[in-house]
Amino acid sequence: MFYRETGQFKTSYAADQSIFPILQDKIGVLLILAIAICVVPFVADNYLLETIFVPVLVFSMAAIGLNILTGYCGQLSLGTGGFMACGAFFSYKLATAFPELNIVLVFLLAGAGTAVVGVLFGLPSLRIKGFYLAVATLAAQFFLVWMFNKFGWWTNYSASGVISAPPREIFGIVVTGSGATPVVKYLFLLFAVALLALVAKNLVRSRIGRSWMAIRDMDIAAEIIGIRPLVAKLSAFAISSFYIGVAGALWAFVYTGSVEALAFEINRSFQVLFMIILGGLGSILGSFLGAIFIVLLPIALNVGMLAIDSTISVALVSHIEFMVFGALIIFFLIVEPHGLARLWQIGKEKLRLWPFPY
Amino acid sequence: MKPLHVVYWVVGAVVAIFAIGAFHLALAEIGWIPFFDWTFYFEVAAAGLLQGVMYSLVALGFVLIFKASGIFNFAQGSLVLFAALTMVGLMEFAERELGIELHWTISFLLTVGVMIAVAIAIERLVLRPLVNQPQIILFMATIGIFYFMDGFGQTLWGSDVKVLDVGMPIAAAVEPLGVRMNVYDLIAAGVGAVLVAVLAVFFQYTRIGRALRAVADDHQAALSVGIPLKTIWTIVWSVAGVVALVAGIMWGGKAGVQFSLALIAFKALPVLILGGFTSIPGAIVGGLIIGYGEQVAENFVGLAIGGAIQDWFAYMLALVFLLFRPQGLFGERIIERV
Amino acid sequence: MRFKSLCLAAAGAAVLAATAIPAQAAEQYTPLLVYKSGPYAPNGIPIAHGWEDYLKLINARDGGVNGVKLVYDECDTGYNNDRGVECYERLKKPTAATFQPLSTGITYALIDRATADKIPLFTSGYGRTSASYGPVFPYVFTAPLTYWSGADIMVQYAKEQEGGSLEGKKIALVYHDSAYGKEPIATLERLAEEEGFEFHTYPVAHPGLEQKSTWLQIGRQLRPDWTFMWGWGVMNSTAVKEAAAVGYPMDKFIGIWWSGAEPDVEPAGAAAKGYKALALHLPGSDVPLLQDVLEHVYNGDEEAARENDWGDVLYNRGLLLMAMEVEAIRTAQAIHGEGKELTGEQIRDGWEALDLTSEKLAELGLADFTKPVKITCEDHEGGGQAFVQQWDGEQWSKVSDWYSPNREALRAAYKEDALAYAKEKGITPRECN
Repeated sequence: MFYRETGQFKTSYAADQSIFPILQDKIGVLLILAIAICVVPFVADNYLLETIFVPVLVFSMAAIGLNILTGYCGQLSLGTGGFMACGAFFSYKLATAFPELNIVLVFLLAGAGTAVVGVLFGLPSLRIKGFYLAVATLAAQFFLVWMFNKFGWWTNYSASGVISAPPREIFGIVVTGSGATPVVKYLFLLFAVALLALVAKNLVRSRIGRSWMAIRDMDIAAEIIGIRPLVAKLSAFAISSFYIGVAGALWAFVYTGSVEALAFEINRSFQVLFMIILGGLGSILGSFLGAIFIVLLPIALNVGMLAIDSTISVALVSHIEFMVFGALIIFFLIVEPHGLARLWQIGKEKLRLWPFPY
Repeated sequence: MKPLHVVYWVVGAVVAIFAIGAFHLALAEIGWIPFFDWTFYFEVAAAGLLQGVMYSLVALGFVLIFKASGIFNFAQGSLVLFAALTMVGLMEFAERELGIELHWTISFLLTVGVMIAVAIAIERLVLRPLVNQPQIILFMATIGIFYFMDGFGQTLWGSDVKVLDVGMPIAAAVEPLGVRMNVYDLIAAGVGAVLVAVLAVFFQYTRIGRALRAVADDHQAALSVGIPLKTIWTIVWSVAGVVALVAGIMWGGKAGVQFSLALIAFKALPVLILGGFTSIPGAIVGGLIIGYGEQVAENFVGLAIGGAIQDWFAYMLALVFLLFRPQGLFGERIIERV
Repeated sequence: MRFKSLCLAAAGAAVLAATAIPAQAAEQYTPLLVYKSGPYAPNGIPIAHGWEDYLKLINARDGGVNGVKLVYDECDTGYNNDRGVECYERLKKPTAATFQPLSTGITYALIDRATADKIPLFTSGYGRTSASYGPVFPYVFTAPLTYWSGADIMVQYAKEQEGGSLEGKKIALVYHDSAYGKEPIATLERLAEEEGFEFHTYPVAHPGLEQKSTWLQIGRQLRPDWTFMWGWGVMNSTAVKEAAAVGYPMDKFIGIWWSGAEPDVEPAGAAAKGYKALALHLPGSDVPLLQDVLEHVYNGDEEAARENDWGDVLYNRGLLLMAMEVEAIRTAQAIHGEGKELTGEQIRDGWEALDLTSEKLAELGLADFTKPVKITCEDHEGGGQAFVQQWDGEQWSKVSDWYSPNREALRAAYKEDALAYAKEKGITPRECN
């Protein structure tokens, strides 16, 4: 009843090709953005901002990156953690070596550097496919983390190998390091993620995005119709790594403020992979939903159980958290293997008819 | 594999080991690595090969399941942990609550029963509803199992470190020709070898084994000639559970049974790629190559560049092999049609 | 802005009113960051039990600190840095007494946050070593010893055992390849130069199940005169086993105080016999405080107590750490008013004035259990001491005298590192007078 596109006519190609062709979607997205900008910073307390909203945004960025590679181009990658580490350490080196460089530029350069690394480790994808490739990207994962952990140069010879983000400002407001207030961190991230998500959404609708999807659906067929696998695969690796690198830089500079290489170990890669599989492969919206799900669920389970009965031991709570988390993953896969984004789509179709049965 | 092939492989391996030794000797001569010593090299090589069998034990579980159902079973590591925990847990439970000292063999048999029950539960609750889904979804589902089993095992048996004693010597060593080898590792390698032989015979010559190979070849064709897919899956997961138990005993006997055991799955992944996901001999040969390669690299080259390189070196080694054989050493040739 | 300050004023008035009501049973909130799950749970559980039991003891035996009951909330970090930060944010309140992150990684993530929130961090025997320099790190306390002190003591012990000189000897360090394990390297390198021994490092990747090549190197190739270890969790037990497997003499193998507890040696059984580790306090249950715990917390039921790790090395560690925290609260009350709930900022003053003399320790039932500690504005390490304990196959026992590190050189190093940090972060060190 409320969600119906009847009567919304498109009179130009531009209108027909817009990202949100349906008026209700447009309003919905704007509403969410408006709430995110105008309401959340005032309503949410520091705990929510610091431990839910900020990590969700950083992870969303990483998930978008991985989704480009895995969801759109079909190249399974488990090197996400390593590429995030690249972003974090590149930006740290840049920020400390050139203190006067604008921090946004630092992040973009770090992303570009990660893209180069991504292309290097993407080269085997021209020969190796599927799970074999996934495990090959693990080589990148382990090697990169080892490298940042091992060579003191990356951490400016800090005795413990921990880097601590220097405070940097945009328009006179501190956005990085521990000096930044949660609200500033949140708004900065929101802006960055929204902007890059928009870019990603447009990329995947462009010629290059379509060539990725052709490769994903069947690479030999794609090659036959004139798509060059070399260009398509490596561009996917490059752009995906760019996003993941920026996410890593944001992780170190905005979210935690101080980080050691081990923060980007293999578990981080899996975490991001869960996000895109549960959220929905090949969907930008899914990247956000997945990030929310994976960040929020364990904390919600933990806090929820303690809220119901504060006397049970925290060990048991942690164990149950693990069990429920695992069970929920299986449950969601059984209910909807194509992820939360697909669930939302089905929901939309149902809404279209509601409240009538047909 | 034909017997002649085995001979080729063995001869090739010996030649390769000497060649690589000579290569390191040369590196040491020109000063790129700190030192080289033949006795020490053989000790390292032996330790690496024995360690490789331990990797193979974990990798075997992966191969079995991948072969039968095309599932990359991420939960294998947590099966290892769960099996070992259950075995020790049962022994402790019997002693504490019932006051009887359970011999480890009885506990072993009971745990086998538990692992079969786990296999049935997984088949019923996870695999059956997800039949015909893409591989990556099934992969994700096994990650769900991974989390569940970790939490479940710890809830049941606690997170304390448990001592698993099956009467194997820890510190004893033998020194044939001055090359020191650990008795524990030798026994573990022997057990691994026996297990592999049994599995190979089982899959090669029994009815179930043939059915399994048929399923691995083509699910639908197997179904249409009357092979019960569900039963086969339950059997395969049970066998994987038992393999996990053996791996758990071998690894847990060394460091105590505790949560970290679940993480050894990562050591098995390069073995898998190298050997091919679908080959049992591949898991063995892959394990030996990885075990040997990473020990030698760590002990000679690693020293020159800062150490702790074995984690990534194993993957790099596998990657290099893959560039020449994208389906792994023994994997089935990938044939692609449009 | 005006609205905000009005609110604050109102809140302040309310707080004043609330505290002004007499005979109100005040409570002091002590958040606990524990890990009872995950790969490091075997080590985290006994410490958490020690903490809990000490708090229970103070409440049951003394009715709290000057009548202020100690209440606690726990959060399970799983030894995971992100979860640690989440837990900190969840548990933090202005009245939080002190946080003990129990992980070097989490400590690094919390130093800036806790300082901004004005809540003390107590990182006893772990964490950022240079945080011992109080002027730069007003909210971080590292008493009684830091890793650098630990490294120094190990070298002293080895030197004494070698008859006074380490000239030409070889010492190897096996360390967890993380922020934690890297801490002692610089100190050992410096000492290698001063004492003239050869120093070799062997990193072990997390979680530490893989040490075959490390021990082949040590046991078969390098054959060092001494091997030191900075390990945690499964890495410890694996190292002890592998060392035994290559036939390395166990009495030349010394672990840091995080590598010397029951879970580290029990899986190796008899093979671990002779293994040594540094200790900050006595092992075992033959201590008045432990008997008090047995009586007041477990009603004399020793079996139940043993079930909760009572008397284990890490349990005793938990007791000691919490005893120090409670004494800091007591000292803070002496400054800011007895029988009141205090803020973290006020308790920080208590930490900085903490003076655990031998008499005080005896009063607490900890006579000879550990050595006196005195924290000052300048020195947050407080001058503790450690000894070497040895595993005889059944239990740990003290086999050496107490050692004091060479503090002069260490303090200069703390200061240098802390000032570099202050410069990087734009902090002006406070004045100590």
